[in-house]
Amino acid sequence: MAADVTLTGLSASELAQRLRDREVSALEVAEAHLERIAAHDGVEAGGDEWVARDADALGERDVHAYLHVTAAAAREHAADVDRRRAAGEELAPLAGVPVAIKDVLTTRGVPTTCGSRMLEGWVPPYDATVTERLRAGDLVALGKTNMDEFAMGSSTENSAYGPTRNPWDLGRVPGGSSGGSAAAVAGRLAPLSIGTDTGGSIRQPAALTGIVGAKPTYGTVSRYGLVAFASSLDQAGPFARTVEDAARLHALIAGHDPRDSTSVRETAPDVLGPLREGVEGLRIGVVRELAGEGYEPGVERAFADVLERYERLGAEIVEVSLPHADYALAAYYLIAPSEASSNLARFDGVRYGLRVDAATAEEMNAATREAGFGPEVKRRIMIGTHALSSGYYDAYYLQASKVRTLIARDFAAAFEQADVLISPTSPSVSFRLGELVDDPLAMYLNDVATVPGSLAGIPALSLPAGTAPAPDDPDAALPVGLQVMAPLLRDELMYRAAWALEQDLGPLAAPTGPSALEVA
Amino acid sequence: MSATSTAALLEGETGAWELVVGLEVHVELQTATKMWCGCSTDFGGPANTNVCPVCTGQPGALPVANEQAVADAALLGLALGCDIAEVCRFHRKNYFYPDLAKNYQISQYDVPLCHDGRLDLDVTTDEGEQVTRRVGIERLHMEEDTGKSLHVGESGRLHGAEKSLIDYNRCGIPLLEIVSDPDIRDPETAQAYLRELQAIVRTLGVSDARMEEGSIRCDANVSVRRPGEELGTRCEIKNLNSVRSLGRAVRYEARRQIDVLEAGGEIVMETRHWDEGRGVTETLRRKESVTDYRYFPDPDLVEIHSSRAWVEQLRARLPELPAASRARLQQAGLSAEQAATIVAGGLLALHDEAVAAGAEPVAVANWCTGEVTGQLSSAALTPAEAGLTGAHVAELVALIDDGTLSTKLAKDVLAGVIEERGAVPPAEVAEQRGLQQVSDEGELQGIVDEVVAANPETVEAIRGGNDKAIGALVGQVMKATRGQADPKKTNELLRAAIEA
Ligand SMILES: [Zn+2]
Repeated sequence: MAADVTLTGLSASELAQRLRDREVSALEVAEAHLERIAAHDGVEAGGDEWVARDADALGERDVHAYLHVTAAAAREHAADVDRRRAAGEELAPLAGVPVAIKDVLTTRGVPTTCGSRMLEGWVPPYDATVTERLRAGDLVALGKTNMDEFAMGSSTENSAYGPTRNPWDLGRVPGGSSGGSAAAVAGRLAPLSIGTDTGGSIRQPAALTGIVGAKPTYGTVSRYGLVAFASSLDQAGPFARTVEDAARLHALIAGHDPRDSTSVRETAPDVLGPLREGVEGLRIGVVRELAGEGYEPGVERAFADVLERYERLGAEIVEVSLPHADYALAAYYLIAPSEASSNLARFDGVRYGLRVDAATAEEMNAATREAGFGPEVKRRIMIGTHALSSGYYDAYYLQASKVRTLIARDFAAAFEQADVLISPTSPSVSFRLGELVDDPLAMYLNDVATVPGSLAGIPALSLPAGTAPAPDDPDAALPVGLQVMAPLLRDELMYRAAWALEQDLGPLAAPTGPSALEVA
Repeated sequence: MSATSTAALLEGETGAWELVVGLEVHVELQTATKMWCGCSTDFGGPANTNVCPVCTGQPGALPVANEQAVADAALLGLALGCDIAEVCRFHRKNYFYPDLAKNYQISQYDVPLCHDGRLDLDVTTDEGEQVTRRVGIERLHMEEDTGKSLHVGESGRLHGAEKSLIDYNRCGIPLLEIVSDPDIRDPETAQAYLRELQAIVRTLGVSDARMEEGSIRCDANVSVRRPGEELGTRCEIKNLNSVRSLGRAVRYEARRQIDVLEAGGEIVMETRHWDEGRGVTETLRRKESVTDYRYFPDPDLVEIHSSRAWVEQLRARLPELPAASRARLQQAGLSAEQAATIVAGGLLALHDEAVAAGAEPVAVANWCTGEVTGQLSSAALTPAEAGLTGAHVAELVALIDDGTLSTKLAKDVLAGVIEERGAVPPAEVAEQRGLQQVSDEGELQGIVDEVVAANPETVEAIRGGNDKAIGALVGQVMKATRGQADPKKTNELLRAAIEA
């Protein structure tokens, strides 16, 4: 059957509706996406499993969102959904809608690399809870998406398998670390995807690729099967092209999991119920510290436009302060590497993944880690190891933990004055591939607006808020993201605020421009 | 007995030295499942069969604390008189070792679950004096066991091995570390501490505490000093595989340190390996560069909150502890040694049941510490495994008392009960196997008459005043009845026949 190319342009909710109405089959939807992946993503299509081409064999117009495409399994699952629907079975709301999964979540029987040579060829023996929940909701998994190695990075250039390109400009980065998942959704290679966010790894790529990406309240989505970067910060969340789609995916993956000790026992907030309640009377706080120096003028202009819109929609704009936000980035870049240095110790060549043989266990261990980890991962392991060392622990790790507590208090105080807080998601629009790779500190600044919320564990999302030129290209129109933050376990508030703005801004723009990926 | 009794000092060439010992004991808990996952803790299965993503440290797997293990740990803490921390947490102890699946061990660091306890020990000194010594418990904390490495190659050790195999079955089994204060002043007290801890752990049922299987392990920190002076530099002694080797190793190490110091040398802080065969300690590794474990709170786990109510519930569950059991048995007339054997030997329940069934405590104790212990240990069974109950023991004692069984026959009956795994009670065993004494006068009289008639010379000798010779005739009657003749009755009948 000929695949309907327009299917890839539909939102998840629209697809779900057409599937329910049997206007289209799940297999046709899967097929349309696979066909587009085959055409634009740089995979070796054909056969049951499609694998991304080696980095040096990728074309300049290959998005490279996927590392591994489970074509046969996707077709099989889609056909099964169709059969069960035909049999009159009651199906989950998003049954038959495709989804892409960041390659940091384990998938039983499907390779999971975390963007690292260290795990090249590793086939997990078990599914992450998120993977299980997607399956239980009958979302059709298309494959695993590219990412910065072990989720460390803000551009997806730290992937051992080559960078992902931004569908808005194939010469630019999609952000990171969940760049593959973001580019897949922005490039119409999947209507939905799962990312993970540690310091902004969902929100920043969502901003740079012009889509919606949400980090739920820490502990509301199980981390079981999420290969840990920084355990106290990692949280999986949804990417989608509309706020409603993101909320639907969020609702599907959230919920208590007894296999994750840090999973909250309270029922996850109902993010869908209050979605359309609007912002009239809602107090929207503008964070004083998350603006000004370092933020590109185009980003600030888009943000100013958002404020006008919210005011017009009846929201009350208040200015709030997070006095310790200026220390957030420093604290984050101590806490996250500290945890990472311990979390990544298990990659030693003994049980799984890469092994470089040597005379002794110790030498094998060192040689494996030398060969398996990329430079950014090594940098962070070294920073973290140092920060936890005796004699430095108090000054670094402990001090950073105190800052973290202060920031959480800052947020609690700010949420006394405002129902939600907003800021630009990222200080800049998408930058060129290679532009920041040799400047780690400049790269870390991408997280300046997202990291405070991560440290506090609060829910936060990014949604498209217009476009802006790039500093190196005044004619460009690249996506700008708005970050909406809500109090702990009040995830529904950020969706409500985001939905109202999305309605006011009108239909989402597809990637356009001379260097953009062609979107049918 | 006095709690303040001081231990004997060690004599050196240049004067007296005081020994200072602190013990670190590890106890593997016998919970059904491991500390962080649902895998079985069964011992001795094929390699890598009790494993899952969590205990083999697969990427993405997460630990969830075993609540039973926490309760067991707190129970032992309470038995040791510890305070239970209202809030405590787990830390990661980071170090690379192949049998440590995550390359960090989840342990406790700044706030252990239990702290500030004590153990009172009855110790017999070298001079045979009975004294009570109190040893403080600094802390009891929870952690996880590691896997086991098997080094294949000539040396059998990591260095020089051709290859190493790892069994992760033991990895993640809940482990307790109990750290004593440096209160121990002689090897006997060190041994008593370890034995008493073993007895308490078994009484609570939280571990079988078998040193030979490694379910209880002990390291000793040993130093010497001049009486009244500051603590000396200590050495940590590892590879102590029995209570006996603990005593030997401490004795050896104390002497070694005194010799070094008296020769003008210095003690280097180090870990030393006890060589059981050669009876010496040897340097394992120097502690000059202290390993930096980079402890930090494990972000995968949440704090443990121990409410007062929960602690009191646990306290109410504490059974009678070994010291109290021994005191009670002694009050019932048992010797200190018997009381200790019964408590340490896991025979207390058997003893108490037998007494409750009406048997006399000392008679029961004699059986328990004698034949019962002997037969069970040669069959390598516990009373429960043998199906042996207190009622059985009480019945045996009663059958001896009423003359149905001789002591010798009773031993055979006990063997029969154990053989049948307790399914057949003693009286029935005696019946079925024809083990009752022959006390029927008619039957016995016939045999006695035959024996007297067949041994005229012996009879004459007895009549002539050689009373001891009657033993030979008793023996003949026994032989004729296959040992079942009632010895008392036999004696009576023989004398009557001889005097007739
Ligand atoms: Zn396990």
